[in-house]
Amino acid sequence: MAVHGDHGAHAHHPDLQHHFDTLGQQHEAATLGMWLFLITEVMFFGGLFLAYMLYRIWYPRAWSEASLELNVLLGGTNTIVLIGSSLTMALAVRAAQTGLRKQTVVWLLLTMALGLTFLVIKYFEYAEKFEHHHVPGFDFHFPGPDAGPAQIYFSLYFLMTGLHATHMVIGFGLLSVITWMAARGRFSPAWYTPVEMSGLYWHFVDIVWIFLFPLLYLVDRAHHFA
Amino acid sequence: MAGHVSPKSTYYAIFGALMVLTVVTIYVAYQPLGSWNFPVAISIAITKATLVILFFMHAKYSSRLTKLFVGTAFFFLFIMLTLTMTDNLSRGLKTYQGGAGGAGYGQRDAAESAPAPKAPEGTPAH
Repeated sequence: MAVHGDHGAHAHHPDLQHHFDTLGQQHEAATLGMWLFLITEVMFFGGLFLAYMLYRIWYPRAWSEASLELNVLLGGTNTIVLIGSSLTMALAVRAAQTGLRKQTVVWLLLTMALGLTFLVIKYFEYAEKFEHHHVPGFDFHFPGPDAGPAQIYFSLYFLMTGLHATHMVIGFGLLSVITWMAARGRFSPAWYTPVEMSGLYWHFVDIVWIFLFPLLYLVDRAHHFA
Repeated sequence: MAGHVSPKSTYYAIFGALMVLTVVTIYVAYQPLGSWNFPVAISIAITKATLVILFFMHAKYSSRLTKLFVGTAFFFLFIMLTLTMTDNLSRGLKTYQGGAGGAGYGQRDAAESAPAPKAPEGTPAH
């Protein structure tokens, strides 16, 4: 136990790093660092949203026509699935905060299961796009005069949902590690920072979808431009 | 240092609100509100995101410094979106006669400024 060296009789939590005074301070630093990272993520996705907005203004009719090809049922289901996974994630963090080890693991596993469900549904959606020749660059076909801009729409669709899905895969990997740590009893009400930080990431990915769904799937269902 | 522990009921209530807003956003998307469809959809999305950030991400119970960081993210996003849009949307505005670029300077292309034309005959209906 001499690992901590010169701290003498002052025993402290094994997960408290030496450069912090208290666990509270360490937690605050982790939260700030995570949010700093999320700021870069907001700008990362923000650039794509900006591209979306500009092209939408330039080609409103193509945006309308192309967005009608998306499956609202699948997209809507995925919205519910993902928001559900945010709920289970929040409950996992709560269980970790209150020291309920088994509940933490169960909620985390549920979150991962919902995340996987989202990706499977997304897979079927992508498969449909390949079938209908709506994948830019791969024998792309779109009836009517808007084939060109429609291809831009689908490029952005794949870029935005693809980047989002990549984040889901990363989040899934992150949660696998956290679940493993939770199952081994690494967390306690005094130190559960990794659970909370993974939660922040997971919720952020959820927020991105909250914007992607109306912008990509529901652009012009009322046929304002068509 | 368990921080703020929200009651489970809070999480279920927020989830319920998010579900209701999801249904509303789908319903509203099918209503012919003209140019209002987009602002309404965005407002609902912003409301949902705010709920997630405040309650699921615990921003409501965070330190003021953390709140500042959260605000910073959206402040920079706001700058990027609005300044680009201000530029883009004002490009077609006519300047004074014979202004900067000479005849036609700042005039929007007819194709650009005209309301989107109807889809030509024979375009498959959806």
